[in-house]
Amino acid sequence: MSDPQPTARRLVLMPRHRLAVETHAAATYPEECCGVLIGRALTDGSGTLVERVLPVDNERQDSRNNRYMIHPETVLAAEKEARRLGLDVVGYYHSHPDHPARPSEFDREHAWPGLSYVIVSVMDGTAEDTRSWRLEDDRSSFGEEELTPMIPVTAADRRADP
Amino acid sequence: MSVHILIPTPLRRFTADEREVVVEAGTVDEALAELVERHPKLKPHLFGDDGQVRSFVNVFVNDDNIRHGDGGGTPVGEGDTVSIIPSIAGGAVADAETEGEGGTEAETEPDATPAWGEDNPVAPLAHLPELEAGELRRYSRHLIMPEVGTRGQRRLKASKVLMVGTGGLGSPLGLYLAAAGVGKLGLVDFDVVDESNLHRQVLFSDADVGRPKTEAAAERLHGINPHIELVPHDTRLDSGNALDLFADYDLVVDGTDNFPTRYLVNDACVLSGKPNVYGSIFRFEGQVSVFWGEQGPCYRCLFPEPPPPGLVPSCAEGGVLGVLPGIIGELQANEVIKLLIGAGEPLLGRLLLFDALRMRFRELKLQKDPNCPVCSENPTQTELIDYQEFCGMGEEPILDLEGWEIEVEELERLRADGDVTLLDVRSPEEYQIARIEDSRLIPLHELADRLGELDTAERLVVYCHHGPRSLRATQLLREMGYEAVNLAGGINAWSERIDPAVPRY
Repeated sequence: MSDPQPTARRLVLMPRHRLAVETHAAATYPEECCGVLIGRALTDGSGTLVERVLPVDNERQDSRNNRYMIHPETVLAAEKEARRLGLDVVGYYHSHPDHPARPSEFDREHAWPGLSYVIVSVMDGTAEDTRSWRLEDDRSSFGEEELTPMIPVTAADRRADP
Repeated sequence: MSVHILIPTPLRRFTADEREVVVEAGTVDEALAELVERHPKLKPHLFGDDGQVRSFVNVFVNDDNIRHGDGGGTPVGEGDTVSIIPSIAGGAVADAETEGEGGTEAETEPDATPAWGEDNPVAPLAHLPELEAGELRRYSRHLIMPEVGTRGQRRLKASKVLMVGTGGLGSPLGLYLAAAGVGKLGLVDFDVVDESNLHRQVLFSDADVGRPKTEAAAERLHGINPHIELVPHDTRLDSGNALDLFADYDLVVDGTDNFPTRYLVNDACVLSGKPNVYGSIFRFEGQVSVFWGEQGPCYRCLFPEPPPPGLVPSCAEGGVLGVLPGIIGELQANEVIKLLIGAGEPLLGRLLLFDALRMRFRELKLQKDPNCPVCSENPTQTELIDYQEFCGMGEEPILDLEGWEIEVEELERLRADGDVTLLDVRSPEEYQIARIEDSRLIPLHELADRLGELDTAERLVVYCHHGPRSLRATQLLREMGYEAVNLAGGINAWSERIDPAVPRY
């Protein structure tokens, strides 16, 4: 792994994880929700696999309808949990109540490259659109990455036999 | 003073993958300045244009956030560890930002009422076969329900269903479809009955071990219902035979256990216009849906691409609760019968998720992908392809395993020489069942935290049940500087080829 890795192109969010994120987003409406995505890089370098979704409290005291905050102490705890599982914090999610699932200027200022930022658009209390974004290395903008489900199921090898 | 700065994982690309940078500094400010001088690409992510540390970037000295101390002037001493931790913030687009963006894309609501139903079941037939006296007695509890009735039962008798796989899912499917009187039941499988099948594949009895599954299954199902036709296809479904096989049937049930066959079943169903009643299982979780390119989404709309090989553990590796395929297979059987008689609402455009431990059912809405390569209006794929290759299971290995793996025979020699530590990364439950003598157990998920128990001077041979988990462990150990190799084939190969006294499971 000597060469810099290209920005990951896809985020694998299995249906149950997506459901967890979207359910959280709908439950906190009209306020924003947030949480941590724990996982690892895909072995072929084509993206990231989410293996755990960790919902956390929105630690903002004000403007919770259009702002969220996860304190560094919470991030540290999430990183510790990730390490315990032999995984990494690979990204974060939050919701945009009554707004599209694309990152705001405020999101861009507060992001790092190398992480996935999943945004759920919640319209009238229903999660309608979920998309994932990564900050470009020059911080100029977010690029969208493909959000793909994967089957938490059955065999990847031919030996298996349900 | 030497200070260790831990680099957050997402930013390691900017430090040539270094996890830790050691700098000489007296304060946090000095340490960070030294860090970004050495790795300039880090700078914009830690510092704003005003030269100040970005508001969301937090610095901890050992366990203390410097915001609660002297900020950047916080002194650091020999051996201190500096961690860089983001606080995560953001929020919805401010109102001003949305102007001119044209709002959200218009949602296209799929047609909720399929052109399928009571008057148009899967196999509409002008001349339905009559029921014989024995069949009238046998199916009487069906016949007295108006939703089935004589017409529904005759439709079942006229129907031809192909079951792909006669294992965990195929067992309950076969039992109930045969009992319900589906006129012709095709059984595709190439496998023979193994002892480890019996805890869930209830079609088979102990005496069937070693027999071809299709043969044993056909015999058992004939015993349940002699009025139906059973067609064993003792063959592996592949791109060469799938369309010919499917042509003789009205509907296909997917009871497969691997991605290449699952994509093959889907694509062949789309190409031949047949519904595909899908089910899959893993450990304690299952999924069910009805895929039907003509009426709604197909499997590819949901999962355009398979996961990389090795990513999703197989049932052989991850295990499966024996009763789970029973539940999922019976849900599939329910959908098959509804489709055949044209009753109720099929599980079309919906994915049912079942969690046996929490005992919850959930449902996801599925939409047809307008760009689906096989079932959209302008498909890019109009014939079957090589599904092994599509699923990344061709000749190419996932990793270059040169020097990473040893065979069990080599391990036996190494053990005779005595200079090897054997590390078992399976679960304690598996360790209880069988282990290689003198091995140490550190389950994979604990490995990262328990590296301190291992010595970098030791030569480690890592094993699991069949190999994939220990390969992951080997990768981790190597990244951390250990001399580790993976045991190809795991304890299973050890038992098969070296020491039969180690039980296989």
